[in-house]
Amino acid sequence: MQEVMPATGVFSLLWLLIALPLAGAAILLFSGRKTNKWGPYLGVFTVFVDAIIAIWMLIAMMGNSAEQRTFSQNEFSWMFAGNLKVDMAFQLDQLSMVFVLLITVVGTLIHIYSLGYMSHDPDKRKFFGYLNLFVAAMLLLVLANNYLLLYVGWEGVGLASFLLISFWQIKPTAAAAGKKAFIINRVGDVGLSLAIMVMFVTFGSVGFDEVFGSTSQASEGTLTAIGLLLLLAAAGKSAQFPLQAWLLDAMEGPTPVSALIHAATMVTAGVYLITRSNAIFDAAAWAATAVVVVGVITMFMGAIIGSAKDDIKKSLAGSTMSQIGYMVLAAGLGPVGYVFAIFHLLTHGVFKAGLFLGAGSVMHGMNDNVNMRRYGALRTAMMVTYATFIIGTLSIMGIPPFSGFWSKDSIIHAAFESNTLVGILTIIAAAITGFYMTRMAAMTFFGKARWEDGVHPHESPKVMTIPLIILAIGSTFMGIALLFWGNIETWLEPVTGFEEKHIAIPEWALITITLILVLAGAAYGWIQYARREVPLVAPRGNWLTRAARQDLYGDAVNNTLVVQPSFWLSRFLVWFDGSWIDGFVNGSAAFFGGLSARLRPYQSGFIRSYALSMVGGAVLVVLALVLVRLS
Amino acid sequence: MNTVNTGEAIVFWVCAVLSVLGAVGLITSRKAVHSALWMALTMINLAVLYIANNAPFLGMVQVIVYTGAVMMLFLFVIMVVGVDSSDSLIETIKGQRFLAMVLGLLLIVIMVWGLGSSLAGLPAVGLGEANRIDGGNVQGIAHLIFTDYLIVFEVTSALLITAAMGAMVLAHREHWQPKPTQAQLSVARFKSEEHPGNRPNPGIYARHNAVDTPALLPDGTPTDASIPGALRARGEIAPVDINDGRAIEEADSL
Amino acid sequence: MNPSNYVILSALLFGIGALGVLVRRNAIVVFMSVELMLNAANLAFVAFARMNGNLDGQVVAFFVMVVAAAEVVVGLAIIVQIFRSRRSASIDEPNLLKY
Repeated sequence: MQEVMPATGVFSLLWLLIALPLAGAAILLFSGRKTNKWGPYLGVFTVFVDAIIAIWMLIAMMGNSAEQRTFSQNEFSWMFAGNLKVDMAFQLDQLSMVFVLLITVVGTLIHIYSLGYMSHDPDKRKFFGYLNLFVAAMLLLVLANNYLLLYVGWEGVGLASFLLISFWQIKPTAAAAGKKAFIINRVGDVGLSLAIMVMFVTFGSVGFDEVFGSTSQASEGTLTAIGLLLLLAAAGKSAQFPLQAWLLDAMEGPTPVSALIHAATMVTAGVYLITRSNAIFDAAAWAATAVVVVGVITMFMGAIIGSAKDDIKKSLAGSTMSQIGYMVLAAGLGPVGYVFAIFHLLTHGVFKAGLFLGAGSVMHGMNDNVNMRRYGALRTAMMVTYATFIIGTLSIMGIPPFSGFWSKDSIIHAAFESNTLVGILTIIAAAITGFYMTRMAAMTFFGKARWEDGVHPHESPKVMTIPLIILAIGSTFMGIALLFWGNIETWLEPVTGFEEKHIAIPEWALITITLILVLAGAAYGWIQYARREVPLVAPRGNWLTRAARQDLYGDAVNNTLVVQPSFWLSRFLVWFDGSWIDGFVNGSAAFFGGLSARLRPYQSGFIRSYALSMVGGAVLVVLALVLVRLS
Repeated sequence: MNTVNTGEAIVFWVCAVLSVLGAVGLITSRKAVHSALWMALTMINLAVLYIANNAPFLGMVQVIVYTGAVMMLFLFVIMVVGVDSSDSLIETIKGQRFLAMVLGLLLIVIMVWGLGSSLAGLPAVGLGEANRIDGGNVQGIAHLIFTDYLIVFEVTSALLITAAMGAMVLAHREHWQPKPTQAQLSVARFKSEEHPGNRPNPGIYARHNAVDTPALLPDGTPTDASIPGALRARGEIAPVDINDGRAIEEADSL
Repeated sequence: MNPSNYVILSALLFGIGALGVLVRRNAIVVFMSVELMLNAANLAFVAFARMNGNLDGQVVAFFVMVVAAAEVVVGLAIIVQIFRSRRSASIDEPNLLKY
């Protein structure tokens, strides 16, 4: 059982992890043009210091025994309302540690990359401010020790995502994309707030320790409800079905944003939520099944969409959707899969960030053109980008010995441990992954050059390529490092639990089958796009290709199910307000006006008429008196 | 006195009928003066009824104050306004008369019914004892006025003073110019278009010297100025001929 | 015969007075009808004083007479004023307070 240690030594700096980037954001956003020169460097500096502290904390944590790796720091009592007692308190355990490392280290690399990528942008100070705000909110999310504080971080990253997607507000598509992301996220947030409410009603508290300790006291129905609501929240944040429509539009934001938020960190918050709430999902089998179903569906959706997009960033976004589907699937499998979900999350964070930054580097060299049909034969023009991108591609496809192989195959193995059908589906999806990643690499770096006039691709400056190299190194070695040296299974086991079940197929056979299918997919992609001529205008394609280009009609479905009804509702309300409510109000005004117009002539000015009405009143009074008295 | 003895009963019936008659006459007379006279009849009868009810003081006060002073006041004002003025009996406000009849009758019926049923069996204590206590009705009333109802008395006297002052203020006519002297009146008369002197007397003829025969001007034409205004207004002017003065010759020619 | 007959008579006179107020157009006749109503009330007071056996009713009737006298004085003065300016004693004349 975990012993909660007080935050001493380096752990007393827990609050600083959040406070530094938050202060950085405040300074950068409120200081105005004065800080334009050195603002970006401040932004990089805060996250860099955070990374140093995080690594230090990791070393200290590794020095402790497995039961003594949970550190808690209570800043102050935040809410004290009736039975609800919520503190601003942070908790660092093994799970949050790996997240903190991912956020700060990858964040630092992306901040450094942005120095180069956004160097010509006049608003780069604001950009770094928003990025710092995001880092602070994400850290708050993973360090919170209760659901309410997690919700604050949850909302914060949603806000930062909105601000960053629509960073170039002038572009209507960017503004619309930011709005779409925020609204769809909000739907998920409703799930989280409802889950918190149900938790409070059921358990009397929203803190992790209290909730996870008392799951035995709640009925399975309640726990299933909480689980489904948490799944809704995770689906919104991690762009899972049915709330996946925003992720592809979110590529309107600058590439570092896509790398940090929509590949490595924010979209993984959903997986964090599910993994953190493992006690609830372990007790509610139906909710866990729902998680697996959502994961499987999204895994395929993302892969299919990514295979048909010509925009390099949108293709990578489809890939992200698919890989997070893998993670969600693994998390839904229960104790067999939690560890591997996080493992894949970490490796994916590194190689996806590398892929996105590489894409940004390619765009930088091609005058910000994103159309892959206009790329081709870039491997000689941008060698470092090419090398790092290929390493990332091999990693995501799951080719040994790169990191993706270890994490994805663990998930496939865990899938087979639970359900053979799910296992088979994961292998098929891996094959599709091989196809679309090879397609991407082939269209970009191989084949003939299909560049537009006036485009001279060149390698990006060092400030952009060095983070690429570091991430590529991570993509190569992180899998081996985490699995064998870091013992990720035993590291995370105290938090999530870990099981291993026996399956009929031996492990080496599983790996071989997967590899063969992945290489088959890759070969098909190679033949289609490296050997054959890539047309400049996308050919019509079959029905699946066309559907995939329309995001598998995700937008159309949302439009019909949500947007149009909202329009009808508001039009109805306008009509109702105009004719019924206004009618009622105006009608009563007209009624009184008419009534008074009819009554007015009674004031004739004749004294005798008034005397008549007085006598009439007197008759009534006397009548009433007599009747009351005599009856 | 629980019941009423026959003498009082006769007095009651006679006076009741007369007072109702007077009331009806009041509201139906065309001329205001007639209404005032009917009113006086009602009031005298009421005074008699007061006395019959063992309230001699009040009966006397009714005659002196009400009939004597108030009605006289009414008659003076009628004289100021115009004794001859009479109301036309055509009702100008639509539905007023009908509704007034209905409501009035309704009022009377309900009140009579209500009072009749509630007072029917009520025994009357009578004022024998009350009048005897202080040695008479007047003394009894005086006792009450100057002890229990003293404040009311004082306030009412203030009211009376205020009313008198109010009447004076209202009836006052401010003179903005000095009264015209006789000289000024004379000058004004001669300046006006009207004939400044006396009007001519009516014509005296052999056969007529009535007020409605006009006099003749020096040139022989009849003038209407000699005829009183009322007749002139009614157009009752007897025709006259210059030859009316030659009656003796006519008589001679016959 | 019942002492309450006086009260019935008073009610009757009151009603007739009310009718007079409603039906007549001459201001002075209307005023006289109001006086008739006051007199009817006085009669009721006196009758009740007899029925109750104390003189309070008569005292009140006395004061009513005083107040009625004061009221007649002021009211008639007003009517005279109106007549001086408008040359008419009809109460239908001053109807300017209409809608």
